[in-house]
Amino acid sequence: MIHTYQFVVLVPYVAALILVAIPSYRVGAIVNVVASGLTFAAGLWLVGGERTVGHYAIVDEFNIVFIAINTLVGFTTSIFSASYIGHEIETGRLPPSFLRFYHAMFQAMMGSMNVSLIANNIGVMWVGLEIATLITVVMVGLYRTPQSIEAAWKYFILASVGISLAFFGTILIYLAGQPALGEGVPAMTWSLLEGAASKMDPAILDLAFIFLLIGYGTKVGLAPLHAWLPDAHAEGPTPISAVLSGLLLNVALYALLRFKMVIAGHPAALNPGPVMITMGLVSLVFAAFMLYQRRDIKRLFAYSSIEHMGLIVFAFGMGGPLANFAGLLHMAMHSLTKSGIFFAVGHIAQAKGTQRIAEITGLSESHPRLAIAFALAVLAICGMPPFGVFASEFLILTTTFAREPWLALVPAFGLLVAFGALLMRLQGVIFGEPAGQSHPVKASFVPIVMHLLLVLTAGIYLPAVLVAWFRRAAELLG
Amino acid sequence: MNEVYDISHLLAGVMLVTSFALLYQGRIASVVNTFAAQSITLSLAVAWAAWSQDRPDLFITATIAFTLKGVIIPIALHRTVARLGIHHEVEKVVGVGIALMVGLALTALAQALLLKVAHSPENYYAGEQLALALAIILLGFLMMILRRNAVTQVVGFMSMENGLILAATGARGMPLVVEVSVAFSVLIALFVFAVFVFRIRERFDTIDVGALDRMRGDRR
Repeated sequence: MIHTYQFVVLVPYVAALILVAIPSYRVGAIVNVVASGLTFAAGLWLVGGERTVGHYAIVDEFNIVFIAINTLVGFTTSIFSASYIGHEIETGRLPPSFLRFYHAMFQAMMGSMNVSLIANNIGVMWVGLEIATLITVVMVGLYRTPQSIEAAWKYFILASVGISLAFFGTILIYLAGQPALGEGVPAMTWSLLEGAASKMDPAILDLAFIFLLIGYGTKVGLAPLHAWLPDAHAEGPTPISAVLSGLLLNVALYALLRFKMVIAGHPAALNPGPVMITMGLVSLVFAAFMLYQRRDIKRLFAYSSIEHMGLIVFAFGMGGPLANFAGLLHMAMHSLTKSGIFFAVGHIAQAKGTQRIAEITGLSESHPRLAIAFALAVLAICGMPPFGVFASEFLILTTTFAREPWLALVPAFGLLVAFGALLMRLQGVIFGEPAGQSHPVKASFVPIVMHLLLVLTAGIYLPAVLVAWFRRAAELLG
Repeated sequence: MNEVYDISHLLAGVMLVTSFALLYQGRIASVVNTFAAQSITLSLAVAWAAWSQDRPDLFITATIAFTLKGVIIPIALHRTVARLGIHHEVEKVVGVGIALMVGLALTALAQALLLKVAHSPENYYAGEQLALALAIILLGFLMMILRRNAVTQVVGFMSMENGLILAATGARGMPLVVEVSVAFSVLIALFVFAVFVFRIRERFDTIDVGALDRMRGDRR
C-alpha cells in the first residue's frame, strides 16, 4: 500500500529515471516542471493530510513546514530553470548533451532532500543529505571553467569532511540510545529517541552534539565553517544557487534542530542554546561586514544567506515558543525571498553577460521590469516593511529584547550593517548610465512574482491557519 | 569475552598505525599501497566483528571494503598515477616531523574525548574502539589538509571513510542500512573524485590543488 508521504519521494525519483532517457532538453525541461509540480501537489496534500509516525517515515507539524517550503521552491525553481537554461544553450555556455543529466540530477536532488526530511531514522536522513550534497557538487562544476572546478572541489572537500563528522555524531547518538532502546533500528528512530532521551548517558549526548553541530553546521554555512558556500553559489548555474540557498541549507538546519530536540530531552546534557546563539551571531555579524567587499553579485547574496542562516540559528538557539515561531517564519521568508533574488540575479547576469557588480549599472533603463523585480526582492531581504522578512526579523528582535535586552543589540547591529551594504549595491545596479553589453532576455517572471507575492502577503496578513500551524511546530521544538 | 575485544582492538590499532604511515609516505605509489593495507585491515576487523557479534550481514560490509577499497580503487589509482605521469614525490605543506607530532596530538585528543565518555562498564570496550576510529578519522582529515595533491587528498578522504566504517561496526547492532550506504557513498565519492581529477588535469596540466588557489572568484 502506498502512503501519501511516499509520493514526495517517489515522484522525483521516478521523474529522474524518466529524464535520463529523454535526450531533448525542451521536453526534459517540461517534464522537470511537471514532476516538480506534482511533487508540490503531493507536499500540499501532505500538509492537509494527517500526521503519521511510521517505522520509516515521520510526518509531524515540524517537518511538514520544511517539506512544504522544499516542494514549493523546487517547483518554482524548475520553472525558472527552464527559461534560464534555454538561454544558456542559445549562448553556447552549456552543451545540450549535459542537460539530460542536469534535469535528472535536479529531480534526484529534490527526492533526496525529501527523503532526508521525511525519514524517521537518523541514518537514512544522513544518507539523503549526503546524496543531495554530492549531486550539487557535480552541478556546481557543470560549467567546467577553472573557477567552477575550484568551487566544486572546495565544496566537495569541506562538505564531505562536515558530513563525515556528522556521521560520527550519528553513531554516537546510536550508542547513547542503545542501552535504553535496545540494539538495531529502534535506537536510530527519531520518534523513539526523542522519548528516551532522559534515559541516555549525558556525556555521550554532549560529545555527539558537538560533532553534529560542526558536521551539519558546515552544511548550514555557519561561520567559521562557511568557506565553501560563496564559491559554490557563485560558480554553479543560478537555479542551483537558488536551491542551495533556499533549500539545502534548510535541510541541514532541520537535521541540527531534530538533534537539538533529542539533546534537550535530557536535563543534565549540554544546553545547545548558548552554543547556537554564539555561532549564529558570529555568522550574522561576520557575513554582514563581508558584504561590503563583494565584487561578484552572486557571491554578495551568498554572504547574505550566511547572514540570514546566522539569524535563524540564533532564534532557534534562544528557544521558547515565540523565538522558535519567529525562527521558523524567518526561515520560510528567507527561502522564498532569497531564491526569488537568485531568479532575478540569474536573468540579470544573462542580460549583462557578467556577474561583476561594477559592470552592472543602469538596469532601470535597459531592463526596467527586471530592475523592478530585483529591487523589490532586495528591499524585501533587507527587512523593509511591508514584506514578510520585516515581520519575522521584527519578531526575533522584539522577543530577544524582552528576554535579553543587551543580547538583542548584536543582531540588530548586524542587520543594520547588512542593510547598508545591500542598499549601496542595489543603488549602483539599478541607477546610473547603462554600460557594457546588454542582451534581451526572455525572462520568466512567474516564479519571481509568485515568491514576492507570498512574502508580501505574509508581511501584511498571516492567515490564522498558518499561524496556528507554525505555532504547533514551534511548540514541538521546545 | 576479552579475547574478542583484544583482537578487534589489535586490528583497529593496526589501522591507526597505517594512518600514521600515510602521513609520512614520500611517494604517491606508496601512499596508495598503504591505503590498500589499511582497507584490508579494515575488512578483517569488520569480518571479526561479524563473526564475534554473530551478525552475518556485516560480512557483506567486509567484502565490500576488501574488494572495493583494498583492491579495485588502489589499482585504479595506480593506473591514474601512471597515466598522468606523476609518480614522483608527494608535495607536503609541512615537514614529516611536524605532521607526525600533530597526528600524535590528535590521537591523544580522540582518546581523551571518548574514554571520558565511556566510563560505564558496558560502554567501555565500544568506547575504546570508537576512540581508535576517531583517531583514524582525524588523521585522514589531517592528511587532506597537509597534502596538496588531488590523489593524496582522495586517499585522505577514503581513509576517513575507513575510520567511519570502523566506528559503525564498533557500535553493537547498528543496522546494516548504514554500512551499505557508507559503501555506496564511497562509490559516488570516487566517481565524483575521478571526474574532478581528470578535469583538473585537463584544465591546468597539473593535479596540484595549489594551482586552483589562483582561481578564487573575487580575486580575478
